[in-house]
Amino acid sequence: MSQPVTFHRRAAAAAADTTLQAKLQRATTRLTSSRQASFAVWPEGDAVRDHARAIRADVIAHLDRYLAQFAHALEQRGGYVHWAATGADAVSIVTRIATEHGVRRAVKSKSMVSEEIRLNDGLEAAGVTVVETDLGEWVVQLAHDHPSHIIAPIIHKSREDIAELFKSAAGASEDDVSDVAHMTAFARTRLRTEFIDADMGISGANFGVAETGSICLVTNEGNGRLTTTVPRIHVALMGIERIVPNIEDLGTMLRVLARSATGQPLSVYSNILSGPRRTTDDETLSEPDGPDELHVVLVDNGRSELLGGELAEILYCIRCGACLNACPVYQSIGGHAYGSVYPGPVGAVLTPALQGLGVFGELPQASSLCGACREVCPVRIDIPRMLLALRRRSVQEIGAPAWIRYGMRAYAAAATRPALFRFAVRASRAALGLLARRGWVTRLPGPLSGWTSTRDFPAFAKRTFQDQWRSGARQR
Amino acid sequence: MRVQLLATCLVDTLFPQVGLAAAAVLERVGCEVHVPERQTCCGQPAFNGGFADEARNIARYTVGLLSQDQAPVVVPSGSCTDMLVHHAPALLADDPVAGPQARAVAARTYEFSQFLVDVLKRTDCGACLHDSATFHPSCHGLRGLGIDHQPRALLQSVDGLELKPLAEAETCCGFGGLFAVKMSEISSTMLQRKLGHVEATGARLLIAGDVSCLAHMGGGLHRRGSRVEVRHVAEILAATEPSTKT
Repeated sequence: MSQPVTFHRRAAAAAADTTLQAKLQRATTRLTSSRQASFAVWPEGDAVRDHARAIRADVIAHLDRYLAQFAHALEQRGGYVHWAATGADAVSIVTRIATEHGVRRAVKSKSMVSEEIRLNDGLEAAGVTVVETDLGEWVVQLAHDHPSHIIAPIIHKSREDIAELFKSAAGASEDDVSDVAHMTAFARTRLRTEFIDADMGISGANFGVAETGSICLVTNEGNGRLTTTVPRIHVALMGIERIVPNIEDLGTMLRVLARSATGQPLSVYSNILSGPRRTTDDETLSEPDGPDELHVVLVDNGRSELLGGELAEILYCIRCGACLNACPVYQSIGGHAYGSVYPGPVGAVLTPALQGLGVFGELPQASSLCGACREVCPVRIDIPRMLLALRRRSVQEIGAPAWIRYGMRAYAAAATRPALFRFAVRASRAALGLLARRGWVTRLPGPLSGWTSTRDFPAFAKRTFQDQWRSGARQR
Repeated sequence: MRVQLLATCLVDTLFPQVGLAAAAVLERVGCEVHVPERQTCCGQPAFNGGFADEARNIARYTVGLLSQDQAPVVVPSGSCTDMLVHHAPALLADDPVAGPQARAVAARTYEFSQFLVDVLKRTDCGACLHDSATFHPSCHGLRGLGIDHQPRALLQSVDGLELKPLAEAETCCGFGGLFAVKMSEISSTMLQRKLGHVEATGARLLIAGDVSCLAHMGGGLHRRGSRVEVRHVAEILAATEPSTKT
């Protein structure tokens, strides 16, 4: 992955890439209008969102209890539970399971947490061939690329881009890529053999149900169902925050998730997996289908540090991607510029929250604080509030650039001393007046020059409103 | 009714005509307008920049100033209103003097169009302007305070004003304070998309309730050599002649 320190340069390059923007705008417009349409015909939608938020708030407030309940219930059903404190721990757990079972080939359904911990690199290093089976993720893998959206990993690619890739990297013929249906059929045929040959299926988990120890996996392609049932071992990776208390709450979450993500009332496949294949004395706990072994790896990787703090609310996130689609910044630069697997508004909070402000300090600045993310979030996460919290933390821990630091100090001094304020206004007016022509400044100096790269700046008025008002000026 | 007009720093320095227009409209609908002397800024630039101490000091100053009078506070900016209504009380929550002041001020502070429609129950302010216009609802007013129908109702009552619908009206223009300077490439991309939609309406005037957005979009329109001019809602409502001068 590229170095996050250069966020600004990557963002600037992306913002100048009109081809990228055309793709992003087409896709995000389609997703936002689908979302809007699905909520428009769902009168109870707002109330269900409130309820979904309450569920998430309760889970995060009592995460220790729910996790213990989940782990116990899953073990009761014959599953194995693994606790990974870090991403590296999670990778070594999965690698160990693969090695111990002589796994040589693994198929994967889409999992953002596996991207977060770079699982594929670890498995490949251990000699395991990993094949992504989500269509978008397969394309990403063929292209040696990275996903640029939480639910639409190849939002940055056009159909033509993918046709070229299928020909160059997967041996597709012209006929195979003649239209979308042919391309899908080509991928389907290629991936079908991968499912059959695989020793291990690796998935994420949209939710873990505490009461039953079930994991729930939603997909639109059915690859999740094959990944989790055909190979003899299934390993599911789940961030520790992805718990819901019970099956009824799961239903609530699935309804807001699908509508927020794609505008569907429900995803095409909602798989609820409750333990591996097993026969037990208690018939209600027997299960004739599924893999021989089910392992669930609970990944912390910085999440528990957020509990109880001002950023804990970001753990409510159910990864629907609605905030990305609604965000005018994401629409302008796409996901890669963020330099992290979690792009967009949620990523601008989550990435620095999990990995620190050091290399990701610019992300909370990459927002106009317009609030579109908060408006569409299915669980009403107040992302702008946390962007502001991170900005405060950044000022305290890292410090702002000198011109902002001194500028802010001077402005605060003036804004609390009216005489100084009037003087500062006059001085600024005089300074700006030297640069202005016919009421507009076309070139601002130094760090302010960014403004005048594409827009003029209005000159100060000859007399302030307060001066005019005091001298009796009135508009008639 | 007596009101305190908090002009905001940007109206004071860049767009004084907006302050005069807001005062004129308020007087026309029967208010006694008081402009508190020594007003400066609400502190939002510091707040949005992450400078909590500076933001707190400025908010304390402004809240103290506005506490000298019990009249409602009217602000020709959704963004500064949001700052006073939501953020200042939070910043000052632990301050034994300024905390209660901030909560009291927040409870009687209104954005200009919100005050006219929700408090005074006025949508027709007797304005007249024969022109075509489109309206951009500014983000902080829209999402922070739910302000959208008020300015639209007021503008629809303006005699002779033709309002044209704006595509993606609720999408941010890319201002965001320091964001427009620090992340100017992203901000510019957002601005150009917004201005494309504005020009596509064919309207001659672009109206908004925040001069920060208007300075941003106006600066972009001027650079493009566009014929579209920007106006604050208050300027439109203040107009009583069929045509206005620039």
